[in-house]
Amino acid sequence: MVRNLLVRGMLAGLAAAVLALVFAYIFGEPQVGAAISLEETMGHAAEAAVASAEPEPVSRGVQSTVGLATAIGLYGVAVGGVFALVFAFVYGRLGTFGARGTAALVAVGAFVTVELVPFLKYPANPPAVGDPETIGRRSALYFAIVAISVLLAVAAVYVGRRLASRHGNWNATLLAGAGLLAAVVVVSLLMPAIDEVPAGFPAALLWRFRLASIGTQAVLWGGIGLLFGALADRALAPHRRPVSTAVA
Amino acid sequence: MVHAAVPHSKPVPISIPVRDLVPWAVFAGVLALILIYFVGAEQGATSLISGNYVHEFVHDGRHLLGFPCH
Repeated sequence: MVRNLLVRGMLAGLAAAVLALVFAYIFGEPQVGAAISLEETMGHAAEAAVASAEPEPVSRGVQSTVGLATAIGLYGVAVGGVFALVFAFVYGRLGTFGARGTAALVAVGAFVTVELVPFLKYPANPPAVGDPETIGRRSALYFAIVAISVLLAVAAVYVGRRLASRHGNWNATLLAGAGLLAAVVVVSLLMPAIDEVPAGFPAALLWRFRLASIGTQAVLWGGIGLLFGALADRALAPHRRPVSTAVA
Repeated sequence: MVHAAVPHSKPVPISIPVRDLVPWAVFAGVLALILIYFVGAEQGATSLISGNYVHEFVHDGRHLLGFPCH
């Protein structure tokens, strides 16, 4: 069964990646292109000189099509596989939610913890934003907040399940959710801020790029949640035992 | 004759035993992390392969998926 779910998760991830790719190509690529042409005219003059002296290993045409598709496709398959494994653990352990309901809940939870919380602290940046000297520190902080966010969410689910027996499902979920929100706010306040937007970089372009970025992720996670829910529902159908009202 | 076990209510989901899950989680989890590393971070903060071909190839995806790129 786990193998079956894993295959379906990777397929759902790939299909959702196609949707995300269409979104990213339509809404994201114009912003990336605009930021790159800005990068060449303003700011990083020395860097641009070095870059133009070296031959570009990958052309813009490849980056914005095959490269983008490969990146989102691989990411979708990987995330879809992990999603299926998390689903396989959660299914049947989170109340009486069926396959589609569980998949939708896991997708919302994963989008918020893996993408939204890190994004609110360290939002996506277009080319020309960000000092190449600080890439190590920025990468470390980004992956750290992803890890912390996931750990806090897992802890909140655990605490919520423990509270459910005393306070009921609704209040336990509210309490655990409030605790998670407070913990995420505290972590975000404690972690160092990063602001490397160059002076004169158009605010509207930055806003559109970041909207396109979070939108791409929303399409990907939404697609995985809904597609995987439908696929898992079929896979798990014979595994559900009917319960008579007499027994229940 | 009335059957007592006529399914009236919602089917109850049966959880998958953890021991069935662990080998898959370890194997597929490691593979997935390697994939995400190559899409999100290789030839950025850290480099396993010399040059910048991987970075340049996945460049647009890395920016739009929200990873720090350069």
